[in-house]
Amino acid sequence: MTPQLEIQVIAAVTAAACALVGAFLVLRKTALLSDAISHAILPGIVLAFFQTENLNSPLLLVAAAVTGVVTVALIEALGRTQLVKQDAAIALVFPALFSIGVVLISRYASGVHLDIDAVLLGDPAFSWIRRFEVGGRDLGPQALWLMGSVLVAVAAFVVAFYKELKLSTFDPALAAALGLAPTAVHYGLMTLVSVVAVGAFDVVGSILVVGLMIAPPAAAWLLTDRLPVLLALSVALGVVSAVAGYWLARGLDVSIAGAMAVVAGVVFTVALAFAPDRGLVAQARRRARQRVAFAERMLLVHLLHHEHTPEAETECRVGHLQEHLRWERSFASRAVKAAERGGAVRRSGDRLALTASGREAAQRAMVA
Amino acid sequence: MTPTTSASGAGRGPRTTHHAPNSPAIDVADLTVAYRDEPVLWDIDLVVPEGVLMAIVGPNGAGKTTLVKAILGLLPTAAGRVEVLGQPLAATRRAVAYVPQRGSVDWDFPTSVLDVVLMGTYGRLGWIKRPGAREKADARAALEQVGMADFADRQIAQLSGGQQQRVFLARALVQDARVYLMDEPFQGVDATTERTIVALLQRLREEGKTVLVVHHDLQTVPEYFDWVLLLNVRRIAAGPVAEVFTDANLRMAYGGRVPFQARSEESGGRGQEPGTPAPLADGERQRGDGTPPHPGSPAPNPSRL
Repeated sequence: MTPQLEIQVIAAVTAAACALVGAFLVLRKTALLSDAISHAILPGIVLAFFQTENLNSPLLLVAAAVTGVVTVALIEALGRTQLVKQDAAIALVFPALFSIGVVLISRYASGVHLDIDAVLLGDPAFSWIRRFEVGGRDLGPQALWLMGSVLVAVAAFVVAFYKELKLSTFDPALAAALGLAPTAVHYGLMTLVSVVAVGAFDVVGSILVVGLMIAPPAAAWLLTDRLPVLLALSVALGVVSAVAGYWLARGLDVSIAGAMAVVAGVVFTVALAFAPDRGLVAQARRRARQRVAFAERMLLVHLLHHEHTPEAETECRVGHLQEHLRWERSFASRAVKAAERGGAVRRSGDRLALTASGREAAQRAMVA
Repeated sequence: MTPTTSASGAGRGPRTTHHAPNSPAIDVADLTVAYRDEPVLWDIDLVVPEGVLMAIVGPNGAGKTTLVKAILGLLPTAAGRVEVLGQPLAATRRAVAYVPQRGSVDWDFPTSVLDVVLMGTYGRLGWIKRPGAREKADARAALEQVGMADFADRQIAQLSGGQQQRVFLARALVQDARVYLMDEPFQGVDATTERTIVALLQRLREEGKTVLVVHHDLQTVPEYFDWVLLLNVRRIAAGPVAEVFTDANLRMAYGGRVPFQARSEESGGRGQEPGTPAPLADGERQRGDGTPPHPGSPAPNPSRL
């Protein structure tokens, strides 16, 4: 593989793992925990790095998992005191832990390959350099092996505990009542989030990893209402963001990590606007349709009221609708056209008359 | 016999939960639950025999939901003991089905009606194992029983409140339990759903199940239930409706503000004991009681106004 291809594969694998754990964070309405964990695991990583001097060492994963679980436990313990709210607890715990990491780096790590920029922003451009070699044979970049293992672990966990994850997300009380330990499932998931976050450090850093964890599942949720589809779609959108981000970065000669997060954000924005059922455009169109449909019903009822009355001649005219129902001319003609198309109203010149079916519809509308 | 239970009785062999033959369905002794130093349930004793259909009533904040959750082991208890079918809950968990309040979950969750009902089978499946054809058949049968068979593949966000409630009931039915704990199944449901639930409760009773229902509408208690627990932090009274659902007990439970007169034909003039001291200060545990309901008016259930 060329380094270019290796970078793309590493980025894609990272994005896939991020999206898979992120989907459950989004569904659990704890999206911000991704931010908290990705920062708070820093001290654990720094300490492990001092031991191994290698950002791709498995020891970092263990350190991150432990620190991540400690982070979540601290946040929840602080929330349980009821002296601070949950969001404040998150905002208190993760900067505290992150700052310990920053202090450790600045005090002890000057001169080694671990600087605060790399931690914050990551850079996949050099992720292929450290090779995984066995007996002198090159088996590919270490980062790919690391992230690949993380992805396999995450996928195995999600497949094995799919039912438990789903139930503890949807209805934790029932999960507890059935003896399916939602707390244990929760901490299992948080361990994975921590492991994914540290794996992704090298590639996108601790800030942009949040984008890869949250944007693809948030977009996927707008596009489907089935959990298996949502998970698959999250992964697919994550991979697309990673690869498209790489090419965007090459084209514009900018940061790869930044470009990946930008594409993820664009993907979400497009889904927000154009999702077939829930998107903003679809919603606006539905509201407009409902408005016309309701106006059509109002028109039929109005015509029914004045049918066969002395004032029918004046009341049942298109021009009159603007005056009495206070409709804009264009809206009035849309409502009339809709009623005509539906065969509820006959129009001769400016004069409107109900058809038999229109009369029935008007009567139904008033009963309902 | 319903399809679900008869199928399970034939196919699933002996039950895994054993219990002493004459032990009550629910046996709660000296149960106290507190949020910090504020008792939510004070020293509750409650014995419910098997086969009883019991309403749990009491004013807002009386601890009805808390009692249900404490029986299910979902809350830490300050003191006391809970036994279900003669054993600690851990041993009889699978014999107990729970219908939480409809509002306790997010109905936007990306899943289908059938999938929610299938969650009722997760307990007997245990860890990792997925529901298969038999579980799906059970789930469809349960949906049939609550009149929701046609909605199996519907996204749950598209359901009305009453339909959501029926899905929750179907989910409890597939648990094929012996004890059912339901938290406000009648809350804000339509007439069809109310009828379905009542028919279901009666069928469960005929099958010898024990059902505890947190209930708000005092008027329907004698009609729907055979036992009642009157709760207001403390146990006011519990037993057969005919014995304990009295004016005096209701006044005690509701702190003098009885929103409904029980058995007024027997109490012979409802204003006879105007000086009866309420055991709790008026409205002590009631929220939003700026306009006390008039005597004889229906229960203050917003859904019925």
